[in-house]
Amino acid sequence: MISAILVMAAIGLVLGGILGWASIKFRVQDDPLVEKIDAILPQTQCGQCGFPGCKPYAEAIAKGEADINLCPPGGADGVNRLAELLGVEPKPLGEGLEAKPKSVAVIDENTCIGCTLCIQACPVDAIVGAAKQMHVIVASQCTGCELCLPPCPVDCISMQVIKEDVVNWKWRYPIHMMKRVA
Amino acid sequence: MNPKLFTFNGGVHPAGHKTESCTTPIRSMPLLPKYVVPMRQHIGEPARPVVAVGDRVLRGQMIGAAEGYVSTAVHAPTSGRVVAIEASAVPHPSGLFDLAVVIEADGEDQAIAFQPIDWRSLDPSALRNRMRDMGLAGLGGAVFPSYIKLNPGGQKIHTLILNGAECEPWITCDDRLMRERAPEMLRGIEIMQHALGCSKVIIGIEDNKPEALTAMRAAAPVGIEVVAVPSLYPGGGGKQLTYTLTGVETPTGGRSTDVGIQVFNVGTAYSLYRAVELGEPLISRIVTVTGHIAQPGNFEVRIGTPLTDLIAAAGGMLPGASGEIVGGPMMGFDLMDLAAPVTKAVNCLIIKNPALFPPKPIELSCIRCGECARACPADLQPFEMYWYSRAKNFGHAQSYNLFDCIECGCCSYVCPSHIPLVDYFRFAKSEIWEREREKRAADLARIRHEFKTFRLEREKQEKAEKFAKAAEKSKAAAAGATDAAAPADPDAERKKAILQAALERAQKAKAQVAPQNTENLPPRVQKEIDAIEARRATVEAKTESTPNHE
Repeated sequence: MISAILVMAAIGLVLGGILGWASIKFRVQDDPLVEKIDAILPQTQCGQCGFPGCKPYAEAIAKGEADINLCPPGGADGVNRLAELLGVEPKPLGEGLEAKPKSVAVIDENTCIGCTLCIQACPVDAIVGAAKQMHVIVASQCTGCELCLPPCPVDCISMQVIKEDVVNWKWRYPIHMMKRVA
Repeated sequence: MNPKLFTFNGGVHPAGHKTESCTTPIRSMPLLPKYVVPMRQHIGEPARPVVAVGDRVLRGQMIGAAEGYVSTAVHAPTSGRVVAIEASAVPHPSGLFDLAVVIEADGEDQAIAFQPIDWRSLDPSALRNRMRDMGLAGLGGAVFPSYIKLNPGGQKIHTLILNGAECEPWITCDDRLMRERAPEMLRGIEIMQHALGCSKVIIGIEDNKPEALTAMRAAAPVGIEVVAVPSLYPGGGGKQLTYTLTGVETPTGGRSTDVGIQVFNVGTAYSLYRAVELGEPLISRIVTVTGHIAQPGNFEVRIGTPLTDLIAAAGGMLPGASGEIVGGPMMGFDLMDLAAPVTKAVNCLIIKNPALFPPKPIELSCIRCGECARACPADLQPFEMYWYSRAKNFGHAQSYNLFDCIECGCCSYVCPSHIPLVDYFRFAKSEIWEREREKRAADLARIRHEFKTFRLEREKQEKAEKFAKAAEKSKAAAAGATDAAAPADPDAERKKAILQAALERAQKAKAQVAPQNTENLPPRVQKEIDAIEARRATVEAKTESTPNHE
C-alpha cells in the first residue's frame, strides 16, 4: 500500500518535473495567433483598416480589439479565411470599405519633380529615386496600397489596374448545366 | 524481339481517327504575305524582341532573344519587313492577345547564312547554349526549352526515351515525320545522346503505326531500340511511356530525370538535327489538319502562319463546321480566334462538326461509381479531387495530389454523368497558382515593410546617438574651458550672437519697410498732435477725479 503510493508519487514528481522543464525550454515567445492572422492578411500595408500596417491590425484582431472585416484588399475571401481561423461567423466588409481590383501605382515621368515625398510614404520601399531626380515605382514590389497618392504635390501618381494576360489568366469555374426536372 | 513491357493502370481507348490524315505525305505550304510570330511560344519567360518596326529580316534571323533561364529564342520564318510588334491573337484557351512580331513577307524568302555545327568536336555545354539561340523547344505539346532538357545538371541520365507514341486521337504529325524522315531524325537522336552522355536509347511507338515502326527500325543503328508499345491512351504521356518501357515510376512532383531518364518527342529530335547539322533554327514544324475539312493531312508549316491560311491550304472547311480544336480532342482546347498563328506548341488543328464532336451532354451529379479512378493513368482519385475542386476547397484537393494530374482527360471521357472533371482540375490548379503568387507577393511585401520599419528605427537611433555624442563633446569642451563663470559653450554663445544679430537685422528691415505715420512729421502736424495729447490727458484726469454718477 505504502509502496504503491510512493511509486505513484515518484512518477508524478518525475512527470511534473519533465512538464515543468518542457514548458520553460519550449516556451513560445510570440503569440502564434498574431503570426497566423498576419499570414492571411495581404500585406499591402495600406492602413485602410485604421491600423498602421498589417501586423498591428493582426495584433488588434488577436486581442479582440478589431473586427475581422476591415481589410478591403483581402476582400471577402480574406474575411472568410480569418473567420475560419478564429472560429467566428464570416461577415461582409465593413461600412465604407470596398475591395478594389488589384492595381499598381505608376509615376508620370513628365510631371514628377523629384520631391521624394512618395518614397517616404511607400511602406515597402518600392519607389526608387533621389531628390530632384525622377522617381520610378518597381511594379513587382508595389502592393497597390495608394499611400503614395496623397503626399504627391503634383499628383503625378496614378493607379493602374493589373490587366489579365496569358500569364495570370485563370481557368474559369466550369459552368453548371442545370437539368430541367419539372 | 520486343522487350518486356509494363502496363500502367487505367487509360482509355478512344476512336483513333488517324487514317483521315496519315495516308497522304507531308505537304508544304505556299509562301504567305504575312506571318505573326508570338514571343511567348514556350514554357517560361517570353523572348524579348530584338528587331524594330521597319527592320528588314531574313529567314532564320533571330527576332526574339531568350530572356532568363527558362526561355528560348524566336526566329523569322521568312524574309521581309517587320510591320508591327504588338499584341496579337495567339492560340491560347483564354483567347487573350499576346506580344507578337508581325512580318510582311517580301516573297524572296532569303535566308541568313546557316552555319552547321560540328557537334562531335563541340563540348556538350557549348552545344546546349547554341540550342538556346536556335529556339529549340519540345514539339510534343509542352514546349519546354530543349536546351534545359539536354542539360542533365548533376543528374546522371542513363536512358534516353524518344516519344513517338502519339496516343491522342486524330493527330498524325509524328507518324508522318517518322515515316518520311526517319534517317534525319535518328541523326538528331545521336546528337541528343552525345549531349546527355547516355548509353541506352529507346524509341517508343504505338503499335497502331506499323509504317512508322518499320521506317524507324530500318533507319535505327545497332544499339537503338525501336519498341512497339500497345495503343492505349495516354500511353504517350511522358511518365506513362517511361513506365511502359522501363517499369520505372516517376516520383510525385518530380521529373523523369530524377530517375535517370530523359524523354524527348521525336519531332524535337528532327528539329535538333536541322538546327545542328544544317544550322537552321526552329522556324517550321509539322501540323496535322484534320476533321471536317476538304483535304485533311499533314503540313510542314512555318511558325507564325495564321491558322486561316493553314485551313485554306487544306482545301478549306467543309460546310457545317462547328468550331476548331487546337491540339487533340482529349487535351486540346477550343480555338477562340482563327487569326491566331501556328506556334511551336501547335501540333494539330481539328475542324469540328456536330456529328464528329456532338455538343457536350448535360452534366449530371456524381454517382460515386469510381469509373474515373479506374481510368486514371496517374493513379489518382479524380472523384475526390472533383468534390473538393467544385467546393473550392483547394487545400483538400491538393492533398489528393491534384498536381500529379496530367490533365489527360480519361476521367472526363469515362464519366457516366458527363462531368468535365479536367475542367474542374484546371480551375483548381490555376486558383492554387494564383494563391501561391499572392502569397509570394505578400511575403515579399512583409519582409520589405519590416525592413523599412527597422531602417527608420535604426536611423532614428543613429541620429539620437549623434546628438548625444555632440552634447557630450560640448559639455566636455565647457568643462575644459578656463572661464568657469561662462556656463554656455563658446559655440552656443556664438550661435546666440548670430541669432541676436539676425533678429536685430530683421527688426530693422521691418521698420524700414513699414515706417510709422507718427515719425518724421512736419512741425505743424507735430504741434497739433501734442495739443490733442494734452487735451486727452486733461480729460482723462477729469474723468478719474469725478465720482461715479451711477
